[in-house]
Amino acid sequence: MAHAATHHEGTNYLNHERGLWSWLTTLDHKRIGILYFITVFFFFFIGGIFALLIRTELFKTGVTVMGPETYNQVFTYHGAVMVFLVIIPGIPAFLGNFFLPIQIGAKDVAFPRLNLMSWYCLILGAVFAVSSLFVGGADTGWTFYTPYSISLKPGVVLMVVGAFIAGFSSILTGLNFIATVHKLRAPGMTMNRIPLFIWALYSTSIIQILATPVLAITLLLIAAENIFQIGFFDPALGGDPVLFQHFFWFYSHPAVYIMILPAFGVISELIAAFSRKTIFGYTAIAYSSLAIAAVSFFVWGHHMFVSGQSEVAGVLFSVLTMLVGVPTAIKLFNWIATLYKASINLASPMLFALGFLFLFTIGGVTGIFLATTALDVHLHDTYFVVAHFHYVMVGGTLMALVGGLYYWFPKMFGRMVNETLGRVSFFFIFAGFNVTFFPQFVLGAKGMPRRYFDYLPEFEHLNQISTIGSYMIGIGFVVVFIAVIHALLKGEKAGDNPWGAKTLEWTTSSPPPHENFLKTPIVTAGPYEYR
Amino acid sequence: MIWWPSVASAQPTTFMPPVATAIAGQYNGLYGFLLAASFISFVGVVAAMIYFVVKYRRRSENDKTAYITHNHALEFMWSFIPFVLFMFVFSWGWIIYSRMRTFPEDALEVHVVAKKWDWRFIYKNGKEVTSSVDANNKRVPPTMVVPLGRPVKLIMASERQVPSTPLSEAPTDRAVIHSFYVPAFRVKQDVVPGRYTALWFQADQPGEYWVFCAEYCGTSHFDMTAKIKVVSVDEFENWLASEGAGELPLAELGRQVYAQKACIGCHTLDGRPSVGPTWKGLWGRKVQTDKGEFVADEDYIRESILEPNAKKVKGFENAVMPPYTGTITEDEIRAVIEFIKTLK
Ligand code: HEC
Ligand SMILES: [Cu+2]
Ligand SMILES: [Cu+2]
Repeated sequence: MAHAATHHEGTNYLNHERGLWSWLTTLDHKRIGILYFITVFFFFFIGGIFALLIRTELFKTGVTVMGPETYNQVFTYHGAVMVFLVIIPGIPAFLGNFFLPIQIGAKDVAFPRLNLMSWYCLILGAVFAVSSLFVGGADTGWTFYTPYSISLKPGVVLMVVGAFIAGFSSILTGLNFIATVHKLRAPGMTMNRIPLFIWALYSTSIIQILATPVLAITLLLIAAENIFQIGFFDPALGGDPVLFQHFFWFYSHPAVYIMILPAFGVISELIAAFSRKTIFGYTAIAYSSLAIAAVSFFVWGHHMFVSGQSEVAGVLFSVLTMLVGVPTAIKLFNWIATLYKASINLASPMLFALGFLFLFTIGGVTGIFLATTALDVHLHDTYFVVAHFHYVMVGGTLMALVGGLYYWFPKMFGRMVNETLGRVSFFFIFAGFNVTFFPQFVLGAKGMPRRYFDYLPEFEHLNQISTIGSYMIGIGFVVVFIAVIHALLKGEKAGDNPWGAKTLEWTTSSPPPHENFLKTPIVTAGPYEYR
Repeated sequence: MIWWPSVASAQPTTFMPPVATAIAGQYNGLYGFLLAASFISFVGVVAAMIYFVVKYRRRSENDKTAYITHNHALEFMWSFIPFVLFMFVFSWGWIIYSRMRTFPEDALEVHVVAKKWDWRFIYKNGKEVTSSVDANNKRVPPTMVVPLGRPVKLIMASERQVPSTPLSEAPTDRAVIHSFYVPAFRVKQDVVPGRYTALWFQADQPGEYWVFCAEYCGTSHFDMTAKIKVVSVDEFENWLASEGAGELPLAELGRQVYAQKACIGCHTLDGRPSVGPTWKGLWGRKVQTDKGEFVADEDYIRESILEPNAKKVKGFENAVMPPYTGTITEDEIRAVIEFIKTLK
């Protein structure tokens, strides 16, 4: 590739310009990525506090630290913050923003101004959502089910408007990524040479563009119904409450893939890099992302088997949902097959990738339980569902996010994350995660409904185990935080390619220069050419 | 395995709620199968992963790795086998699900009313079961009594906290969605404002079982419990006839509404058309309307009363019925429905 260009030693995107203002007005995708990094981790911290409050309250039956009204708000904010401000923007807007252009050999995204605006949308949305706390708060759950959410509470309206605005961040980022992938690939970077992370982001972007507007409209309708008393969803005003659920899940099921597909992409990168081996089934993995994106639009009714929708609809949605299981299983097997005859380096990013495979498998198979009509009738809205989606969203997406962070940290900041800290954080997160959420499967199977402030005495034991696990996860993330700070301050200097990986970002310097490459790379081979 | 009963049991086990209906036993069968299949797949995946990680651990920086891009036979196999398995589980689930959704003809009907945050059970003879408060001011959940070995159909509605006032009053007191959930029976059904939903079960184990509200509905969602007590048929009949049995059967109340709310002026009970169609034989009939054909069920009658113009009966397109929104209560609508059911 590009011959060793003479680096202007010391100039990179971090010190190319200086001062807070230069960050707040930056059009550099890498800096915007870092802005998202800070934002997402800040909100993760907030959402995490809410999570620990929930688990603490559930440690014992009866009132432990708060009453039911507060509890209902706490789980609402936990869900809304984690979904809209952490998991959805997490991988695409942070890691994606930083690495999508570099991985395809571009100088930036197609629309840098739009990119910055996306970040401001997220911030503005967050401001609205958080300000709802000061006018009495919202207690609807992140799902905003009507008619409950038509409660005339100002907090609910602010929260809904916040989610609406944050949605635009997602739409605009998706638009930007699609344009970038189509228009700005380096010479020789054909579509079947782009890294799998890019394929995953590309599929995600399609969903973001197609599904998020539906959420936006739905949220707007709720806001209008609350403010102007126009009946869309409340039967007392002549609306249909189940219609809301159709709209909501028409977005929110695909949104599940907005949350998990980017993680798939990260995992593909990690497994290839730490196995020093070409990925098994590149095409299958790439196209299965597209397949999942496509099918995900036709399965929303699996959230509604007991909502009063017809039996025929239930059966149809069940079988379609099963179909999503197939491409997902394919990916899993491809990753495992990649490990065969590899040269596996168990560095901490790889530990997170392997942890992902472990947890995601559990998340996946329990999804089949929930897709099965007769089983879902019992399991729906119980802790089984809570456990299932945490296995997917936390065991899947967050594991990939931290793994990706450790993997790309040397590139982003030119310094290595301390390996011991990395491993310790992995241990606490992985073990704590299972201790927290595995008992919840049992609780759900035994019939404990979700969103319960209090429960039968027979459920107490398992709830206590779960709470202890959540503190372990908390410790794990504190260690992640320490590891990041430690690396920034004292981290060992990283070379351009500390892991010996083959994708383009490792050919430029660490941290990368202002426009990523001193000389536009010419691509002559696929992304995982380990021979 | 003792903790895995597909045999009936009135007690919960370590990993399962009680098994008190045939459906619950069938549920356990499918759940057990899928759990075993999942466990085997999971162990397979993780074992392969660990084996590879140990075997192919990096020994030196110069390790050579195999260059394998794909293998069609393998890929076909691992797509096809899950596909077949998923379809199998789907079909099995469908069979049980359609049993859950197929209502027996001869079921005992009980009306269930959900509101924030309580359940109320109304039997056809007018007997009502509600929650109470004990000496310590703690809520005592209502106990619905049902006969052993007989199908029971619940007709469920979600109402506002003050159901006896007309519908248009107190707009902030809204009916919301609840969900009637009996873990021991493995059944659950949302209770949606503005329409009736239904659920059925047939308990085969005497005992007392919990009912939870499974759809989040606000402050006391967690406390919106009830109990179902399954007793022998004789005991049930005695209970139904005794202690505070309803002053007035629902259908009788419906007859009173018919007279008092002036329905009588436009609807006959003997088959003769009047200003409006007769009610005789209306229940369950296919009604021709300007919006197409509809079966006269609970929702149809409810809508005919509250919004008569939504669907106009053929032959009566030009006759008008005044909308009763705001002047009739949900309890009265329920009674009229039960009354119409008796007019065979
Ligand atoms: C002023 C006359 C009038 C009064 C009073 C009246 N109705 Fe009606 N009703 C009609 C007419 C006319 C129709 C048929 C046209 C339509 O579908 O709107 C009808 C239709 C119905 C239907 C549908 C019947 C079918 O065959 O499909 C029901 C149920 C009904 N009314 C219930 C009631 C009840 C209950 C009351 C009293 C609370 C009531 N009506 C009072 C005139 C009346
Ligand atoms: Cu879904
Ligand atoms: Cu509830």
